Amino acid sequence: MDISHDALVAFSKSWGLFYLIGLMIGVLIYTFRPSNRGKFNRAKQSVLDQDDKPWT
Amino acid sequence: MILTLTETERQVALAISVAVALCGLALAAAGNQDTMEIHGWLILAFGGICALVVIREIWGPEPPKSRLESYYDEPIKFGIAASMAWAVVAMFVGVWVAALLAFPDLTFDGAWASFGRLRPVHTSGVIFGFGGNALIATSLHVVQRTSRARLPDQLSAWFVLVGYNLFCILAASGYLLGVTQSKEYAEAEWYADIWLVIVWVTYFILYIRTLARRKEPHIYVANWYFMAFILVVAILHSINNLAVPVSLGHAKSYTIWSGVQDAMVQWWYGHNAVAFFLTAGFLGMLYYYLPIRAQRPIFSYRLSILSFWGITFFYMWAGSHHLHYTALPHWVQTLGMTFSVMLLVPSWASAGNALLTLNGAWHRVRDDATLRFMMVAAVFYGISTFEGSFLAIRPVNSLSHYTDWTVGHVHAGALGWVALITFGSLYTLVPSLWKREGMYSPALVEWHFWLSLAGTLVYIFAMWNSGIIQGLMWRTYTEEGTLAYSFLDSLRAMYPYYIARAFGGLLFLIGAVIGAYNMWMTVRAAPAKAPLESDVPLNAAVAAAGRG
Ligand code: HEM
Repeated sequence: MDISHDALVAFSKSWGLFYLIGLMIGVLIYTFRPSNRGKFNRAKQSVLDQDDKPWT
Repeated sequence: MILTLTETERQVALAISVAVALCGLALAAAGNQDTMEIHGWLILAFGGICALVVIREIWGPEPPKSRLESYYDEPIKFGIAASMAWAVVAMFVGVWVAALLAFPDLTFDGAWASFGRLRPVHTSGVIFGFGGNALIATSLHVVQRTSRARLPDQLSAWFVLVGYNLFCILAASGYLLGVTQSKEYAEAEWYADIWLVIVWVTYFILYIRTLARRKEPHIYVANWYFMAFILVVAILHSINNLAVPVSLGHAKSYTIWSGVQDAMVQWWYGHNAVAFFLTAGFLGMLYYYLPIRAQRPIFSYRLSILSFWGITFFYMWAGSHHLHYTALPHWVQTLGMTFSVMLLVPSWASAGNALLTLNGAWHRVRDDATLRFMMVAAVFYGISTFEGSFLAIRPVNSLSHYTDWTVGHVHAGALGWVALITFGSLYTLVPSLWKREGMYSPALVEWHFWLSLAGTLVYIFAMWNSGIIQGLMWRTYTEEGTLAYSFLDSLRAMYPYYIARAFGGLLFLIGAVIGAYNMWMTVRAAPAKAPLESDVPLNAAVAAAGRG
């Protein structure tokens, strides 16, 4: 099969764009999902915990 | 340190050391007369020393079971020491090459001391030696703390750190001998590259295994950055270094890429080395040590996630801005330029997130030089990414490319951002790792801070000036349409700036030496934090635990 330069450009200009937009939408949903709010708040506080031992 | 390994691990460590030594012997034999022979002997010696270190204590007592109730920090301590040692050596070489540009006689007529050989010793030494060791050490610290889990075994982390330093030594010594692939930031030759792949894959697996053992369900964002760093560097390194050696007995190899593809692969590698080695990993440090030191949670956790995905997915496409006005297709250049400009958004989101975290803790920034290191690092991160996005615009690049402006930009990033965030993190980490109340001398941390800041400012202002003058001189035409200045004229105009740059670098080097001394004394002499938990002599305690 012969892949021409133009075909490659067209492919990257269309699908490259779609996949980045899709990725962005996915990330936005993950970030702003209300059900993740608690998890994120806990994560940001938990690094400040003073105990220096692994949990068992 | 060997006593913290289990008996089986000691045996495996010995087997690995011997295997490495034998590989060295094989290289020395195969490479007879080639520079590779010297590297063979070097590897043999390295493996031999490791084997001796292991053998000395191979029959020592098993580590107590109670070890599993604490994090495994021994290799991290080694990584910090290695990082600071490389910092001092490589920054010294940096000052040397800077001085060479003003005083070319400083090569002392030795081929090994010519600019072309010393420069990669400096760049690899600071990026991989200083930065890489600090990244591996801090990442292993952060992943354990944020996962609330101990490393899965004792040996892997040692293998990664010691093996990684073998790579760094092979790289740096090879450059002095004239061994080079001629790929910037990837100069090391094929056998060293293969070794790095083995080390790096072990590192990746170790990280994943630790994460898999986590007790904390959510993976803290700093780990995402470290993971991106490890994974992408593995990919970049493997693809950019695909090469065919002249023969198995020769150090020289030729890349499988050719022409403009080679250039594109190289700068896809080069720019993502900036992105994932010099940025993502250090952002991981920032997102952990800054909140800890400021005693405030990160300003916005959501923003840190958004900037993570922005940085990982935009940076990938930005490499072609290093190849403006070349044979690279125009649209690829434009693509790189566009993504570079877009990159400013997630970059400033991170820098802003860091500074807003400090909002409300400014009194602490004022009083605590360690926190100030991190604050200034975030500012320089903002400056250098703004500058980078600007330089990536094609017409701007036509002025800046080939000039010292690029060098100024590099060092706004490398000194102002990478080195300062590292020093801030290490000053946070060292007392806590060695269980000290604080650093040996807070006054010396202050000195280090001001020397670093002054050095960085002198350096980048000198390079901004010289770069723009250079760029303008090269594009000034006379009325007849000929160039107004010869290249030599522009070189002469650089002379004062090169001296200023060497001076700025010297200040930075002195700061790093002070920092290394201060850390050394903290380990040696600073008072311990809490009284020891038990009063039993160590050997008795170990023996008792061994019986139990
Ligand atoms: C948004 C982020 C950034 C962008 C868009 C960017 C862009 C650029 C551009 C356009 C160049 C000049 C290429 C040339 O004319 O040859 C460059 C060079 C360089 N930048 Fe950045 N930069 C960014 C951030 C950083 C950071 C944070 C560092 C950290 C140290 C850094 C390190 C370097 C290095 C080492 C070079 C020199 C490459 C060479 O040897 O030619 N950059 N960057």
